[in-house]
Amino acid sequence: MKTLLIGEYREGKLLESTYELLGFAGELGAETAMLLVGSDNQLPAYGGTLYLADAATCGEYNPDLHKKLILEVVQKESPDYIVFLHSSYGWDLAPRVAAALKIAKISEVIAITDGGFEVGCCNAKMRRSVKPVTAKAVVTIQAGAFTAKQPGGTPDVHKLAATGGGALEFIGYEPAEKKDVDLGKAEIIVSAGRGVGKKDNIPLIQALATALGGELGASRPVVDAEWVNHSHQVGTTGQTVSPKLYIACGISGAIQHLAGMKKSDFIVAINKDKDAPIGEIADVLVVADVMQFVPALTAKVAK
Amino acid sequence: MKLLVCIKQVPDLESRFKPNAEGVWYNETDLAFRMNEYDEYAVEQAILLREKLGEGAELTVLSIGPDRVVEAIKKSLAMGCDNAAHIQDPAASAKDPWQIASVIATYAKDKNFDIIFTGMQSQDRGSAQVGVTVAELLGFGCTTTIVGFDYDNGTITAKRELEGGIKGVVKLKTPALVTCQMGLNVPRYPTLPNIMKAKKKEITVIPVAELQAEEPLATTTSFHPPAKKGGGIVLEGDVGDMVEKVIAILKDKTAVLR
Repeated sequence: MKTLLIGEYREGKLLESTYELLGFAGELGAETAMLLVGSDNQLPAYGGTLYLADAATCGEYNPDLHKKLILEVVQKESPDYIVFLHSSYGWDLAPRVAAALKIAKISEVIAITDGGFEVGCCNAKMRRSVKPVTAKAVVTIQAGAFTAKQPGGTPDVHKLAATGGGALEFIGYEPAEKKDVDLGKAEIIVSAGRGVGKKDNIPLIQALATALGGELGASRPVVDAEWVNHSHQVGTTGQTVSPKLYIACGISGAIQHLAGMKKSDFIVAINKDKDAPIGEIADVLVVADVMQFVPALTAKVAK
Repeated sequence: MKLLVCIKQVPDLESRFKPNAEGVWYNETDLAFRMNEYDEYAVEQAILLREKLGEGAELTVLSIGPDRVVEAIKKSLAMGCDNAAHIQDPAASAKDPWQIASVIATYAKDKNFDIIFTGMQSQDRGSAQVGVTVAELLGFGCTTTIVGFDYDNGTITAKRELEGGIKGVVKLKTPALVTCQMGLNVPRYPTLPNIMKAKKKEITVIPVAELQAEEPLATTTSFHPPAKKGGGIVLEGDVGDMVEKVIAILKDKTAVLR
């Protein structure tokens, strides 16, 4: 079995998540080749075949051209699986490659099963086992689902020369908003999710954070609704945290949120839904209404 | 200008899900359905553009599924879409993303849409590929997970959300398809007068057989809850008792409470 792994590169740097692709291929027990639109001086520590295109000429986000490069390598390597990360780069590019080849595309794989793949569904509350019908398939893997593997060595580089534009013109990056709190350094984080109900309830979550000597965190919907400033957002599009104690208040546990906090030492989740996916990673799940439980806990802690 | 927005009706995600008789998707009994959240941002953005363009612009909302999806279609019409296409398919949930994308592309191919809006993914299936695949099948330019959108004279300027809060700004010419992320805008609530007006708007019903020719490329073999990892303590019951228990556990297991 053979895999073609599509590495990631952004703002002039090879992304560490590229090594998760090698972790996936290792679990699959497959041969590997890698394709990267990157740079000569940012080569992955990987001794296999690397098809390298120059991001300076091909662009970091130019999906039409990147698709063309991938299809060219697929011709040469004839891989069984073309593997991407399920990231802003991968989920954008993978369906284009699958459509061009008219082969199955299996999204956000979290585990390998007998002859197929396990994927999350229903907001991560349930799972599906999926099998491609086609001989080859495109797969995107969930960030963090497969342990990164850095085999070391220097790749055997094959340069790709294709150039050309596409339908898109990439203008540039906009930096993340400045953070007025560095949650990465906090020992205790108390986070508010949609389950707190309304903006007026946020001070009650903040009160628990204050009573514990911690910081206020938040899930994405709460930030989008402007109940809490973006600098408090925990998750893939916010901050990644690993405090000694993380208390999730009314957070169901979307994958993007879990990815940002699952390395916390101890996790307490308060949720009225016993089946909420946050329960999967919580050390303690309190099945209760957040607005009843949190003020009661604050009162006790403050004593 | 012709605009299309594609929506899906999904169950309330706070529901408890049980496998259906075939064991490959959820049983719909007792589930309440509503518009996929990502699609609400797509509908709102399409309506904002429709309003900006004024006379001469036309916005169609499309949904594939059984008759229940008409509720989500009606909501879109009440928000401000001009007309609708209901692609009637009682078996839509058994189709793979390739088949769904093919149905939409077949519907759209001779209608000269300038811009197609979709959500970035559905909340139930979460494959995040139908929109991009439709664009590929139609030969449209496409960008994904947008949190900013502007249109001027045949060019879209979109802001994509990347990891870590960074954004990527791209320009693309129409015809184009964009997939919408949460936070793109603030979806409006339909007002009562607009709900009344929407009753007069046309919903074209098209049986899926007229548009469907593709076989699936992937198949679901099982739908099931995640394996319980165990170890976690679940507390239920009286709030006061649970507070005492949580304090005791924190004192015992963490160094943060003494």
